[in-house]
Amino acid sequence: MIIRQKVIKYGDNVDTDVIIPARYLNTFDEAELASHCFEDLDADFPEKVKERKVIVGGENFGCGSSREHAPLSIKASGVQAIIAPSFARIFYRNAINIGLPVLVNADAAAEISDGDEVEIDLDKGRVKDLTTGKDYKMPPLPDFIQEVIASGGYINHTKKLLAER
Amino acid sequence: MAESKQPQTMAQKILAAHSGKDFTVHGEIVNASVDLVLGNDITMPLAIEEFKKIGAEKVFDRKKVVMVPDHFTPNKDIKSATQCKSMREFAYNQDIENYFEIGQMGIEHALLPEKGLVLPGFLAIGADSHTCTYGALGAASTGVGSTDVAVAMATGKLWFMVPQTLKFVYRGKLDRWMTGKDLILYTIGMIGVDGALYKAMEFTGPVIDSLSMDSRFAMANMAIEAGGKFGLFGVDQKTVDYVESKGKTDYVVYKSDEDAQFEKVYEIDCSGMGLQVAYPHLPENTREAADAGDVIIDQVVIGSCTNGRMEDLRMAAEILKGKKTDRRMRTIIIPGTQKIYLEALREGLVEIFIESGCVVSTPTCGPCLGGHMGILAEGERAVATTNRNFVGRMGHPKSEVYLSGPAVAAASAITGKISVPQEVI
Repeated sequence: MIIRQKVIKYGDNVDTDVIIPARYLNTFDEAELASHCFEDLDADFPEKVKERKVIVGGENFGCGSSREHAPLSIKASGVQAIIAPSFARIFYRNAINIGLPVLVNADAAAEISDGDEVEIDLDKGRVKDLTTGKDYKMPPLPDFIQEVIASGGYINHTKKLLAER
Repeated sequence: MAESKQPQTMAQKILAAHSGKDFTVHGEIVNASVDLVLGNDITMPLAIEEFKKIGAEKVFDRKKVVMVPDHFTPNKDIKSATQCKSMREFAYNQDIENYFEIGQMGIEHALLPEKGLVLPGFLAIGADSHTCTYGALGAASTGVGSTDVAVAMATGKLWFMVPQTLKFVYRGKLDRWMTGKDLILYTIGMIGVDGALYKAMEFTGPVIDSLSMDSRFAMANMAIEAGGKFGLFGVDQKTVDYVESKGKTDYVVYKSDEDAQFEKVYEIDCSGMGLQVAYPHLPENTREAADAGDVIIDQVVIGSCTNGRMEDLRMAAEILKGKKTDRRMRTIIIPGTQKIYLEALREGLVEIFIESGCVVSTPTCGPCLGGHMGILAEGERAVATTNRNFVGRMGHPKSEVYLSGPAVAAASAITGKISVPQEVI
């Protein structure tokens, strides 16, 4: 799958409380969660995400809570992929489990600027910054994680496994 | 149990034992059987939706799934009530043995060990990041998402990557009023909020041996604030006494081999270490409370899955006894469970708190995550014995949370600014 989108860039340690504040966790309605996504970090996010659907973050992206509502709210906002030098463990799992592509690359995260246009080839694990012309390669994911992604998330993967039994 | 020849850490051994292997390798992904699956009123309703999508009819084991309505309870609004209702109905339909209604519940990570539901050697998961708390019992336990919980409820299994282990050795002598909370804040300050990312933390040394179980729970609880997967403690006589006081004797003790491969070993001298405070907006922004200067505060919260246990309430009461909290201060005390609440009442702690001007709440996560029961307005500051001080964590995005142990929180309630107990005693 190829994603061609402009970038919204954020800094280090973007935590789950700013991605989706707990005061909105009395529902898991995706559209409602999306309407509050990044509310406490960037009031302009709803405007930005209309035109730019890749997030480039800093170290430890998604740190904090286990709330799956965080990657869900990002995905439901229309974001197609997140690139960061590192992701917090639970956020990373959650994103993979729900089928939100998360790519780890420190150089890409450092060098891609806010507003740049990028092309992401998820199958080949490549990111190209079309604005600067620079190419980045991601390390291959473990087989199991690739299987989950190919199945369209952990629920579908599990359904498949149970059906094969 | 049989020891394999290859030296392993405690984390490697527990994951191996739960995935039918003799040993596991760092970075390996295993599909492991879990002993316990936990969810709360925020994460479980979503997990139930996902569980239904899998098409499973019954949970894999009705005794191994635990549900605790603790975050927005007693229900703060209609939507929260609706979430709780969906979890309750699912629990009854599935005949879940360990669903704890208001009146029996507590903050999940205070409640589960108290009920003897988590034991040494367990592989436990929970859709709550502070599930790492049970590492204090020598269990490999970690936070996961709702989809993970759904899959684990359906199959009894989950994927895990075998983590590297960072070993922390604490030596020296702890000063008066210091607890596990100060040690873990100091440690996070030292390695940073991603210092243990994807890794197990193992807490060892003479200072750890002398720590109470309550302090160990507080330390393990905040492993996640350094990015950690597990916050592990070895099992000693204190652990055994704790677990056996819950009537449990059937458990397995895992211990890291002497020559196991640790990614890094940190030696920490605790002598002369002062009481710690983490400044906004990251738990790694730690300083000694004695150096705080005049940080005027509006609210103190003593409670949460980190510090709502008897040791914390006793320490706070010792400082507050016979004194009044500052007149402009809101001091909110939240015992972790009904049992702790009752014990605090019987010991006279509740009376001390009320006479000094505090309010005492029913168990709830409440203000810790900005849910209810003590939300901050713009510009307000709180000292809290909770675990996170991110932007907007306790309310308005322009409010501030300073994290501390119970001694600093209680002293600060009296003076109205960040203070150490020596200032008020």
